[in-house]
Amino acid sequence: MDYLYLLATVLFVFGIKKLTNIKTCQQGNRLSEFAMLLAIVTTLAVGANYISWYVVISGLLVGGAAGAVIAKKTATTQMPEMVAALNGFGGVASALVAMAALLEHPLMHDPNKSLFDTGFVNAVSTPITILIGMITLTGSFIAYFKLSGKKLVHPVKGSQRHAFHAALGVAVIGLSYWEITTASHAQMTIATVLLAIISGSLGVFLVMPIGGADMPVVVSLLNSYSGIAGAAAGFVINNPLLVVVGALVGTSGLILTQIMCKAMNRSLSNVLLGGMGEEVVAKDAKDYKSIKSTTPEEVAMLLDGAASVIIVPGYGLAVAQAQHVVRELGDLLQKRGCNVRYAIHPVAGRMPGHMNVLLAESDVPYDQLWEMDNINSDFKSTDVVIVVGANDVVNPAAREATGPIAGMPILDVDQARTCVVIKRSLAPGYAGIKNPLFELDNCLMVFLDAKEALEGMVKEMKELSK
Amino acid sequence: MDPIFLTIFVFAIASLLGFELINKVPPTLHTPLMSGSNAISGITLVGAILCALAFKDAAPEVLAAASQPIPSWFGNILAFLAIVFATINVVGGYMVTDRMLGSFKRKEKK
Repeated sequence: MDYLYLLATVLFVFGIKKLTNIKTCQQGNRLSEFAMLLAIVTTLAVGANYISWYVVISGLLVGGAAGAVIAKKTATTQMPEMVAALNGFGGVASALVAMAALLEHPLMHDPNKSLFDTGFVNAVSTPITILIGMITLTGSFIAYFKLSGKKLVHPVKGSQRHAFHAALGVAVIGLSYWEITTASHAQMTIATVLLAIISGSLGVFLVMPIGGADMPVVVSLLNSYSGIAGAAAGFVINNPLLVVVGALVGTSGLILTQIMCKAMNRSLSNVLLGGMGEEVVAKDAKDYKSIKSTTPEEVAMLLDGAASVIIVPGYGLAVAQAQHVVRELGDLLQKRGCNVRYAIHPVAGRMPGHMNVLLAESDVPYDQLWEMDNINSDFKSTDVVIVVGANDVVNPAAREATGPIAGMPILDVDQARTCVVIKRSLAPGYAGIKNPLFELDNCLMVFLDAKEALEGMVKEMKELSK
Repeated sequence: MDPIFLTIFVFAIASLLGFELINKVPPTLHTPLMSGSNAISGITLVGAILCALAFKDAAPEVLAAASQPIPSWFGNILAFLAIVFATINVVGGYMVTDRMLGSFKRKEKK
């Protein structure tokens, strides 16, 4: 049986490795699915003589059905929220494992022994699993709500906030110590329940002040946490499979988090402590002069004479479900001999690679998708740039020395001959600041839903080519 | 060597492996990778299954003396919830990942 666990571990490693390459990613996911199945079947065989089959089978059926329904019903735009929610479920499962294992531990019937008597590492793992698991649960659900566009306000204001969080942290440490050292099982139970509650509220309060724009980083970090919670649960029940696989997920999540922070030119601590995380809208955020607005028909005429076009997709594209129309427009342009490319900012949308997934769904050729660093120097020689529902990632204010997004790498769309921005209104993006791009002479605004605007352009382009 | 030290050792090596494993990922695959590794973190299901204990004929005191885990109603309720949540994570996570990767596949066939 141990060999099957070893095999599953090796398959997980290769599965993750293959997931990092576009050619092998699907194979990688299959591999990791198979490894999971192998791990579960092996576990059922290991525990065949002492597990409660009623509980296990009913749990697997209920969870499997619920998981399948959730996955089927999710629209492409909701994927980021979905990953956040699923991640929360994983975290709470680990916390529950630690609590169940504690309750079922033989020492619970020995009035003279505390958890500490089971050995230092096992003892410490229990509160750690509960802490990280509960933070993952509540933090993920706050991220879920924020990504669904709900505004949540932290009850404690300003500088007192850090003190408040620190107090909760101290409470966590105190309760953990109490849980580990007390020989009274009533006290141990109380400590465990309180620890779960305080840890959960810590997750809520820590994620709440972080701005919606930073949620991808938070989800990625919480994904890493759920791995660590799994590894800690592995220490609690002495299961090396959990330890190894949890550690793998934990570190891979950390690396991904780092990549995303780098893309925004900010440190992780800056994101978490809410440097710009506060959802404040600058006073002049809607104060625009000299805006030039236009219609899809006029843009189509502009595109008619263009030899090179770069499309910059943002969250607005996802909201409007306009990925198919944008491809149609791209194809039309390409047929006319125009050089069409898509410029993908690393944090466009609400998750890293969000735009890539969306555009892949509508079969946009992979070689038309360009990363920011590779395309930024080409904007100068581009006739028309179409910004579809993006805002902060094209805001020239980022080049200034100060301001909330100062230093963030942006796409240099303002350098193109003409820049068309499709946006429903002049409302600020997540950063809550004014975008000077919209006031530039070479910038035209189309105040429409992304899908409507693009459909109008496609229609007019077809008229023009008759 | 203390067996617990061996587990810590394995934990440390696995963590280092995780760091090295994914240092280069094209941005296209960031979301699927996050989603895929999120599904893998549902591995805690293994722990949840092992916590759902069948009731034994022996009294709790006897089991405790033999340092065996003691089944209880409350313990099984916790284990049941853990299994449900972990399974949602595993099944939902893999299905969502498959859907994302499926959209890449279609394109490549062309």
